Amino acid sequence: MKISGAKIVIETLIEQGCDTIFGYPGGQVIDLFDELYNARDRIKHILSAHEQGAAHAADGYARVTGKTGVVIATSGPGATNLVTGIATAYLDSVPMVAITGNVSCDLIGRDSFQEVDIVGVTMPITKHNFIVKNIYELADTIRTAFKIAKSGRQGPVLVDIPKDIQTAVCEFEADRQPVIPYPLTFVPEDKLLKAAEMINSCERPYIYFGGGVISGKASGQVAALADKIDAPMGCSLMGLSAVPDDNPKFLGMQGMHGHYAASVAEDEADLVIALGVRFSDRATGNNSRYAKNFKIIHIDIDGAELHKNIAADLAIRGDIKDAAERLISMVEEKKHPQWSERISQLREEEKKRTAAAYRKIEGKLCPYDIIDIISSHAGDDVIVATDVGQHQMWTAQRYPLKRTRSFITSGGLGTMGYGLGAAIGATLATGRKAVLFTGDGSFGMNLCELATAVSQNTPVVIVIMNNNVLGMVHQWQELFFEKHYSGTVLDRKTDFVKLAEAFGAKGGRACSNEELEKLAAEAFACDGPFVIDCPVDSSELVLPMLPPNGSIDEIITEVR
Amino acid sequence: MDQYVIGVIVANVSGVLSRVSGMFTRRGFNIDSLTVGETESSGFSRITIAFHGDEDIKERILQQLQKLHDVREVEVLDSKDTVIRELLLIKIRNKAEIRQDIMTAVEIFRSKIVDYSPAALTCELTGETSKIDAFIELLKPYGIMEMCRTGIVAIERGENCLKTVK
Repeated sequence: MKISGAKIVIETLIEQGCDTIFGYPGGQVIDLFDELYNARDRIKHILSAHEQGAAHAADGYARVTGKTGVVIATSGPGATNLVTGIATAYLDSVPMVAITGNVSCDLIGRDSFQEVDIVGVTMPITKHNFIVKNIYELADTIRTAFKIAKSGRQGPVLVDIPKDIQTAVCEFEADRQPVIPYPLTFVPEDKLLKAAEMINSCERPYIYFGGGVISGKASGQVAALADKIDAPMGCSLMGLSAVPDDNPKFLGMQGMHGHYAASVAEDEADLVIALGVRFSDRATGNNSRYAKNFKIIHIDIDGAELHKNIAADLAIRGDIKDAAERLISMVEEKKHPQWSERISQLREEEKKRTAAAYRKIEGKLCPYDIIDIISSHAGDDVIVATDVGQHQMWTAQRYPLKRTRSFITSGGLGTMGYGLGAAIGATLATGRKAVLFTGDGSFGMNLCELATAVSQNTPVVIVIMNNNVLGMVHQWQELFFEKHYSGTVLDRKTDFVKLAEAFGAKGGRACSNEELEKLAAEAFACDGPFVIDCPVDSSELVLPMLPPNGSIDEIITEVR
Repeated sequence: MDQYVIGVIVANVSGVLSRVSGMFTRRGFNIDSLTVGETESSGFSRITIAFHGDEDIKERILQQLQKLHDVREVEVLDSKDTVIRELLLIKIRNKAEIRQDIMTAVEIFRSKIVDYSPAALTCELTGETSKIDAFIELLKPYGIMEMCRTGIVAIERGENCLKTVK
């Protein structure tokens, strides 16, 4: 039977296992939305307040489930509003398919109303993208998009569909199976043997893992490897939630704002086993001063990451889960008592330094107290989302994450305004509650999605660490720019409690830990969105801090 | 810094040249020369890219190119075992006092005069980049009216081939 292009799109999405699509309608996607209406009992459409929010929601959906997130937007401004969301997914290797409408083929290139070359715009921020100009290629193009998004190192793919392709008709072969990703590369035996030899002969091993361990489903193997070779573990921001925070080998996030113990342990190691990481400058500091005293084994699914930022002594391309599993059987079971002793010392030292940095300011909440109180009410099943800035780092350092894929944050791109959309997508995907830690700056960027949270009645507890400044840049200005607080002081009078109420959400302000306890209990008992405004002093800093482009010798753990 | 020449087999689809050249821009690699043309199979095009860099940059370029969906094969062509050619078309004012010099140069370089008019003459020259450069240097004093060169194409000697096309 012949069906329209628009129907082919929706049928193919359903065929590929898509149950929820985030988006915003417009002139060049009316046909697609008409078919969404017809298929409304088989696929759910979530209307956002802004296309960027829809893209982040699809991203949050993908991060928390591991499935491909789908977002749809119209041509022109609809498509360009997706750009930040697509780039966010690209930098964090999140599988996503973005579908945009475009003007009819005969109008392309004429600067028609709401026409933009979105394929050209998104070329550097997608794994691949398509414009479909032939109805007969439509279904397979969408299938290929899903295949590319989920293959190897995952990422976003965009499919641009001109209006006349949506209205054209052709034969459609229904009931096909979801596509299978391209086969993974497996690490060759000789390289693994070499890795095992390096591990067996080292004295102070350290495992540095990242987001690749989560997307490669290798959390269990990495933890087991750490146990067998008696190695402490630290991770990049993207690696958080891969292993539970109470794993005795786990020291937490390392790097610019990482745990003192993790960063120092890495520096004192004689072998770093880097799994599913890309040695981001935020995790390593200055490239040329990194890894002066240790050897590196680097395993990643993306060959282009090997030697890209850091030259490893042994760089291996391949699937982490398989590699770690085989490595476990090759390495000798070891104990490194001296090294373990040193790690315990570092943990103690970290505790001391953290306690020394703690301050209680009258009428304000301490960021760590906020996180501790919220986490005690949230339960282990909660999804933790963040925006970007100081609150993000405090959460990354402090939140006791228990479950893999329970932490969603914009790591690579550092997108302020990411969190609310992502938290909405994540709750809709799982039916679980989410808590969003945000700041008054980040929340201001995309707070319109509060409307979506209310419409969908999503259980998102929004904790605003409200310090009246753009805290992270403010912190840099304090430490490195002679306290020139240029452009970072928010002279705003926003009342976030009234704002929540205006959107139809609930809200409250916590001016003490006791008030926060009460509000948190109320918020997590609530079915819909709940905003908690928490005043935080603008002088609070994220510590420790490795200065940008610095090294471990310059770690700042205390200021003033 | 060495010069590398790589052969890239790509799917013959629209936008592929943007994707390949865009990768160089985005990652901050410089291109000395890029040529693209059909292959014996209509489904594929062949891009020849020359660039300067060290071993590390070369590896990164190869890895990044291999990740592009439309790229089927990438290979570094060994300069000692590869035929590298470039085509030059160059136009000189046709003046009696220099005509004999030009003719001599054309003969020695095994160039050809492909257009001859009372006002100007156009020479065609094929060869390696260094030969083309030398010919241009030689003609400079006579006043070059216009010139264009294709950038290099390259193919391995012997039976070695980029295999995807078959």
